[in-house]
Amino acid sequence: MSTIAVTLGTDRARRLRAALTVLLAAAVAVGAPFYFAPFQVFQLTMVLLYAVALAGLNLLVGFGGQISLGHGAFFAAGAYTSAVMLDRYDTGHLATLPVAAAGCFLLGLALGVPALRLRGLYLALVTLSLAVFLPPLLKRLEPVTGGSMGLIVDKPQPPAWSGLAEDQWTYFVVLAVTAVALLLARNLLRSRVGRALRAVRDDESAAEVMGVRLSLHKTLAFAWSAMFAGVAGCLYTWVIGFVSPDSFSFVLSVTLLAGLVVGGLASLYGPLLGAAFVTYVPSVSQDLSEAAPGVVFGLLIIAVMFVAPTGLAGLPGRVPVAVARRLSDVAARRPSGVSAVLHRTPPAASAPGPESPSRPGTRASEPLTPADPETVGAPPRTEKE
Amino acid sequence: MLAVDGITVRFGGITALDGVSFTVGPGTAVGLIGPNGAGKTTLFNCLTRRCTPDGGDVRFEGEDLLALPPHAVAGRGIARTFQNLGLFPRLTVRENVMVGAHSRGRTGHLAAALRLPRVRREERELGDLADDLLRRLGLADVAGHPAAGLPFGTLKRVELARALAARPRLLLLDEPVNGLSHGEVGQFADLVRSVCQDFDLTLLVVEHHMGFVMGLCDKVVCLDFGRKIAEAPPEEIQRDPAVVEAYLGVAA
Repeated sequence: MSTIAVTLGTDRARRLRAALTVLLAAAVAVGAPFYFAPFQVFQLTMVLLYAVALAGLNLLVGFGGQISLGHGAFFAAGAYTSAVMLDRYDTGHLATLPVAAAGCFLLGLALGVPALRLRGLYLALVTLSLAVFLPPLLKRLEPVTGGSMGLIVDKPQPPAWSGLAEDQWTYFVVLAVTAVALLLARNLLRSRVGRALRAVRDDESAAEVMGVRLSLHKTLAFAWSAMFAGVAGCLYTWVIGFVSPDSFSFVLSVTLLAGLVVGGLASLYGPLLGAAFVTYVPSVSQDLSEAAPGVVFGLLIIAVMFVAPTGLAGLPGRVPVAVARRLSDVAARRPSGVSAVLHRTPPAASAPGPESPSRPGTRASEPLTPADPETVGAPPRTEKE
Repeated sequence: MLAVDGITVRFGGITALDGVSFTVGPGTAVGLIGPNGAGKTTLFNCLTRRCTPDGGDVRFEGEDLLALPPHAVAGRGIARTFQNLGLFPRLTVRENVMVGAHSRGRTGHLAAALRLPRVRREERELGDLADDLLRRLGLADVAGHPAAGLPFGTLKRVELARALAARPRLLLLDEPVNGLSHGEVGQFADLVRSVCQDFDLTLLVVEHHMGFVMGLCDKVVCLDFGRKIAEAPPEEIQRDPAVVEAYLGVAA
């Protein structure tokens, strides 16, 4: 009975903390465009739209255990759907969003079916071929896509009543779409469907015995994931006002996957961190030298994987564990060291206050604590054979 | 309740099961024994549609099991545990049990993404069901722990809880006490007996631990090299010359 009361208590505390975090994040997100300069607001907007794409990729890779090196292609499909609709048919901006989303959902469904039979490297290769093959195709379809020159379209204009500048208005539009998209992804994952997806990732045949329909969940994971990428692409067209095939080379797909892994696979807020990484690292390192972004990007990925193999999102959980281990190491070494020799007579009093009680404490909790961050940021293994 | 009739499975040139037939009556516990490689696990895999027999017939309450797709078996009221644990290592114990109840839920992708009121209700129901089972099996303390990294005996109980979450009528246990210490075997037997009574289960169990099988089962089927060599109550099977020969060999 007491354990139930305790879980209820922690449950309520956790809910309260989550609500406060969300409120705080919302306040910061709404206040930011009034505080920062237009270029910085533009960068924040890019972070938000990449976060949508990464959240989609996370559904597939982080929670579904599949892999895609072709999400740049879905991103491009969404971007071009929006651009072509604006350019040729002059529909409003908002009308392009559901079309891009639905179109990419169907594309993802179509690709999800062959993906059922492929895994690991083979799936990576097939999806990569999609990303490689799309830009030349876009160049060929010149009458519709504008070929290599691309398409220039209008950005969404702020309505007069809002009194906002263009960059601020765009920011708020993207913020709204991102909030809805992230909420959808979170809902999906915190349900029977999300559990089924993660069960399939961990052990396919056991999941099937539990009654999980593998084909249904795996193809739909692909479709959802493609839809999120397409929505992000659509937002990209709104923000930049220009699309060209060279913006969507296969490097984009690789960047998205790298951003996700750095941000934290199978973590709910990893995509936001990954999106910030993907946006800011190239732009900051640009100041060093022309050639720096690629090098810095690569080195930072290696560094992050060394320091935080569960991604940036797993870092907060890992740091206390690492610190505790270091402390217990120090404490374990201390008695044989100089201080122990000097104050030999009263052994209980000789050890410095904070260390002696922390030593057994950290030791005992060691087997348990490393497991905690795993639920937030799973190990960086993307595929199981 | 379950009728296996003349089931035959071949892997390449090896005949893993050769015309095996037996029945499991409702509310009974049937043990499946036999030396290693006798085909016990293959038979289990046929019952859960992980492997399709080359011949024969399996009926569960009159329905042809072999006509069902693999994911539909759980919904018919059949749950199993695995010989070498088939838990989901990165899910928490509670989530593992909730996946076990997957076949009892209805939530689809769209409803889940929109988090409709009925999705909330279902989540709450499944959560309560999982919590009840975890308490029943003494696992409430590890509910939030990922399945990876827990002691083996605990994981065996988690797997049992996960199987029970499907509210099965037929429970298949594949070597449930394999790898447990002597004391744990006794506890596990008591646990299985009590949940079978409480949940009104029919049991089919593969096990090498003879004490466990003989104490638990009403009937024992012995396989050797894919053939059924004996089917009898536990006290008779121990005297059956064919069974003794299969296990110990025969004097030259």
